[in-house]
Amino acid sequence: MAEWFSSWLPNGLAILGPAFVSAVLVVSFIGGSALLLIWAERKVAGRMQDRLGPTRVGPVGLLQSIADGIKLITKEDVAPAAADRFLFRFAPYVAFCATFCAFIALPFAPEIVPWDLSIGVFFVLAVMATEVFGVLLAGYSSGNKWSMFGGIREAAQVVSYEVPRSLCVIVPVAIAGTLSPTEMAEQQAGFFWNWRIFHDPFTFLAFFVFFITATASCKRAPFDLAEAESELVAGFHTEYSGIRWSYFFMAEYGSMYAVSALACLLYLGGWHPGFLPMDLRDLVGAWLGNIGYGCILVGKSYCLIFVMMWMRWSLPRLRIDQVMTSCLKYFLPISCGLLFGACMWLLTVPSHWAAVVRLILAAASLIGMVVMGVMLLRPLPAEGQHGQLAGVWSRQETVS
Amino acid sequence: MMSFETVMFVILATLTGGSSVAVVLSRQMVRAAVWLLITLIGVSGLYFYLGAEFLGATQLIVYVGGTLVLVVFGVMLTEPGKTERVTVGPTGWCLAGFLSASMFFLLVLVMLNSGKSSSPAVDKATEWPGVGPIGLAFLGLPQSPNQPGYLLPFELISVHLLVVLIGAAYLARAKRKPASEAGGTVVRVEPVPDAGEGESL
Repeated sequence: MAEWFSSWLPNGLAILGPAFVSAVLVVSFIGGSALLLIWAERKVAGRMQDRLGPTRVGPVGLLQSIADGIKLITKEDVAPAAADRFLFRFAPYVAFCATFCAFIALPFAPEIVPWDLSIGVFFVLAVMATEVFGVLLAGYSSGNKWSMFGGIREAAQVVSYEVPRSLCVIVPVAIAGTLSPTEMAEQQAGFFWNWRIFHDPFTFLAFFVFFITATASCKRAPFDLAEAESELVAGFHTEYSGIRWSYFFMAEYGSMYAVSALACLLYLGGWHPGFLPMDLRDLVGAWLGNIGYGCILVGKSYCLIFVMMWMRWSLPRLRIDQVMTSCLKYFLPISCGLLFGACMWLLTVPSHWAAVVRLILAAASLIGMVVMGVMLLRPLPAEGQHGQLAGVWSRQETVS
Repeated sequence: MMSFETVMFVILATLTGGSSVAVVLSRQMVRAAVWLLITLIGVSGLYFYLGAEFLGATQLIVYVGGTLVLVVFGVMLTEPGKTERVTVGPTGWCLAGFLSASMFFLLVLVMLNSGKSSSPAVDKATEWPGVGPIGLAFLGLPQSPNQPGYLLPFELISVHLLVVLIGAAYLARAKRKPASEAGGTVVRVEPVPDAGEGESL
């Protein structure tokens, strides 16, 4: 893109031009995907709680988030009297900018990368570590003890969960021998047993540990202690209203996408569909191929986000001491052990054994997914037998 | 007409310098921490601008994600009240002034010397070494004949960090013995709020 710009702009602007275009694209992606995901979250929540969710605005309620957005923009932007007004106004931008920066080095497709950094994975981890600062400042500057508790919890939680999360990122990095997410995804081309998650039993477990710790560091339920509404009103964002409040949510959904895309790039084959032995760009051309790859990566990441929502509405919230215990006493030693095990596997296990284990893992996971899909999607009896309810309820024990 | 590089540098340098002045002038701890955040981000921006991406990202993850969060965390736990302001006595001014003057002098000396050193100037076209050579150098593999490996400093720092870690765990452990056995000093044993957690530490 830089070449095209330099053909009609002077030197300096030819660098700023592509940067501006990428920034606009990334911000609209974060905004658009937040709108879609908030709608999806409400629909998932509705389904889990046996109700419909938003239905009124637009087809199946799709425009609900836009209507909410308009409401939030027109709301009065108030700050409490006890607040430190400068920091109170500043905090949402810190949270949002950190998420935005993570997208700078996050590839969407082999040639759709805002900035193809050679240390991209490390950069993403580094800037996502700064997101906690926004929440912390919001909690402090609100001048409200519930917000303050939310901020303190958030700091303790995120700083702790960063350690096992980073260790689980190092596992595939050690196997790949590079820190560039683009290269790591390219190494997993071909069929799905080439994905890093099936490399050995340790990476298989490391994916799940990474996903859980990443969920926790996005402060998603069951780890949403910073905004636990049953204890802290709404935690760190109690005092926020209007558009500043929505910046926190854009940041939250943006970082959910960022960690999911990182999980896909590190473990789940990146933009490779897993059943295509050739390069998509050779089939349909460079432009369409890149867009297709982008759709695959975004689709995979949305699937992971769906699992996050599923967890949120299925599991009860942990207590703060349980959150800290599970991180420091379980995830931290487990992830250290996984890193050690993965390195030893690379050094000691002969390659034909490793290939057998890889195929067994991939086949077992495929069978597991198929069985789960069949169990979930098999047709339910429309009418119950005598003394039983129809639909999903038919799986329950007999109603007395 | 300044070149594009100069303009970018001036913007980054103004951001860094201006916010670091604000750190000193600010009288509230948390506000000072926020200005320090902007300073550190500006410095890491300078690193990125120089092409040292690894250094820039390390700056972010260590100082912003670690140190600054702990600073604000500490301030929040020991909340001094919004009206209370940080004051510095004359001793503090003298000490800080002396330290910063000598630091400034040192930096000026280094800068004046760096211009006339005989080492070959870094060609802008060549790529900066990535993170691989750094890691190999830490493992004691010299990257070029006149640059030694850094195995000994690396190991020293790791042992130092390990000692600090063990010390922190020792200080933070749950104190199980009652006050009478603590040897004269009056140590009131607080009930540990999360009793299950402290036992193994």
